[in-house]
Amino acid sequence: MTGGLIREDDDTFLTNEIRFAVASPKPTTQVSGMLRFCLALILSAATAQAENKVRIAAAANLAHVIEALTAEFQTANPDTKAETSLGASGSLVAQITHGAPFDVFLSADMDYPRALSANNQADAASLTPFAIGRLVLWTTNSQIKLIDPESALTDSHVRRIAIAHPDTAPYGSAALETLEKLNLTSKLRPKIVIGENVSQVAQFVASGNADLGFVALSLVLAPQLRDRGQWIEVPATWHTPIIQGAVITKKGTTNPKALLFLTFLQSPEARKIFARFGYHVPAQP
Amino acid sequence: MSDPAATFLGLSAPLWQALGLTVKLAAITTLILGILGLPLAHWLNTSRRRITPFIETLVALPIVLPPTVIGFYLLTAYSPQHPPGSWWQSATGTPLAFTFTGLVIASVFYSLPFAVQPFQAALRSVPVDLLEAASSLGTPPRRVFWKVHVPLAWRGIVAGLTLAFAHTLGEFGVVLMIGGSIPGVTKVASIALYDEVQKMSYPTAHAFAAVLLVMAFCLLLIVTLLQRRRSNT
Repeated sequence: MTGGLIREDDDTFLTNEIRFAVASPKPTTQVSGMLRFCLALILSAATAQAENKVRIAAAANLAHVIEALTAEFQTANPDTKAETSLGASGSLVAQITHGAPFDVFLSADMDYPRALSANNQADAASLTPFAIGRLVLWTTNSQIKLIDPESALTDSHVRRIAIAHPDTAPYGSAALETLEKLNLTSKLRPKIVIGENVSQVAQFVASGNADLGFVALSLVLAPQLRDRGQWIEVPATWHTPIIQGAVITKKGTTNPKALLFLTFLQSPEARKIFARFGYHVPAQP
Repeated sequence: MSDPAATFLGLSAPLWQALGLTVKLAAITTLILGILGLPLAHWLNTSRRRITPFIETLVALPIVLPPTVIGFYLLTAYSPQHPPGSWWQSATGTPLAFTFTGLVIASVFYSLPFAVQPFQAALRSVPVDLLEAASSLGTPPRRVFWKVHVPLAWRGIVAGLTLAFAHTLGEFGVVLMIGGSIPGVTKVASIALYDEVQKMSYPTAHAFAAVLLVMAFCLLLIVTLLQRRRSNT
């Protein structure tokens, strides 16, 4: 694109470069030196894989809890470094399928890790439920009264209701099930806007562009959002439980630290952290 | 086209809807950029004010700014809880975020340099003596601009319009942040493709990506041909 933009000056630019190359005493040595430098850069990046490291791909709803988890994990295992990448579960699956260097995948549901295992990209036996998400309705519009979910959803001040993508985000499909349960789907459909994941739904509500949003309790309990607006929990019986599963990727099966992290996720310390950040924890196996 | 299960050329009706929406967005954006961008490019070329370099830099910013920066500022600006979003809300009764109008405004900002910079180059390429000859015959400046200057620079102007159109087709980050993925309103092609990848329907994603690739290639080929012709003459 920029090529087209600077075409006006292209000719002079090119000639200068050629003149420079011709004028320099040993043009070929210079070029090969530069090539070698670039190659060294690439190689150093590729070989910079320390062994005492676990790379974690985590669903967006875990944005805040994951920091506390990795901090606790590193306190317990000072010689192991935990690196986290956040994204929508579907994006992370696509990345892992195409060779992204993650050892553990913390999904927002159980289906994505299963799909990953079915494609031989993860160890099916390692699939572990580690947390149960809680769905809340959140607003930053002070005119809206949050007495119960139904009256909030039908409040006349509500113009836009944000939900996460129901096809790809478990918090989104739970939101749709809630609307279905309340018989409000067709009535509210024109007001619904879709966020790519729950974090984006939170953005829409925090900025005031959506009046109401279905988000994860973990997000509204986060320090950045804790004092903004008001929220009300959606009864867990109104939707399929949001069971979040973790799995060791194919690449992670060769890294013993991956299993170490997965075991840590089920430890009493980790379970305490999950509870503090607004998750339920599965019954102990 | 209303039956979501129907397919045409291997793509479902919702995907064609997304593609149609994208072309509509790009066409309207290009039209607005043509109307606003040409006088702006002329002003940037001729103005000797101290503020001009700052305006020119502002216009160029979207080339280097991450789309997320533009998206974030627009999301904040569109909010009906405070100005300017609240002004729009009270004037029109609807908020700007998650609307087609909101996307058009965003696209005009986002694609501005891709139109204005080629416009500037095209307008500069017209020999000054031709314009002076027109002025000396007593033609008012505005008439000289639209009747002599712009027609003489048409090749570069069409290149700029095509580039703006193509760049709007490729818009993703900004729409992701302010669109809300509403089918037929804000769910443009790049977002629909992203959703297909998210759903792991990779064959559909491949087909759709190929359609976008071919469209982008053809548009850029037009730009390249126009500019080659110009530099050869």
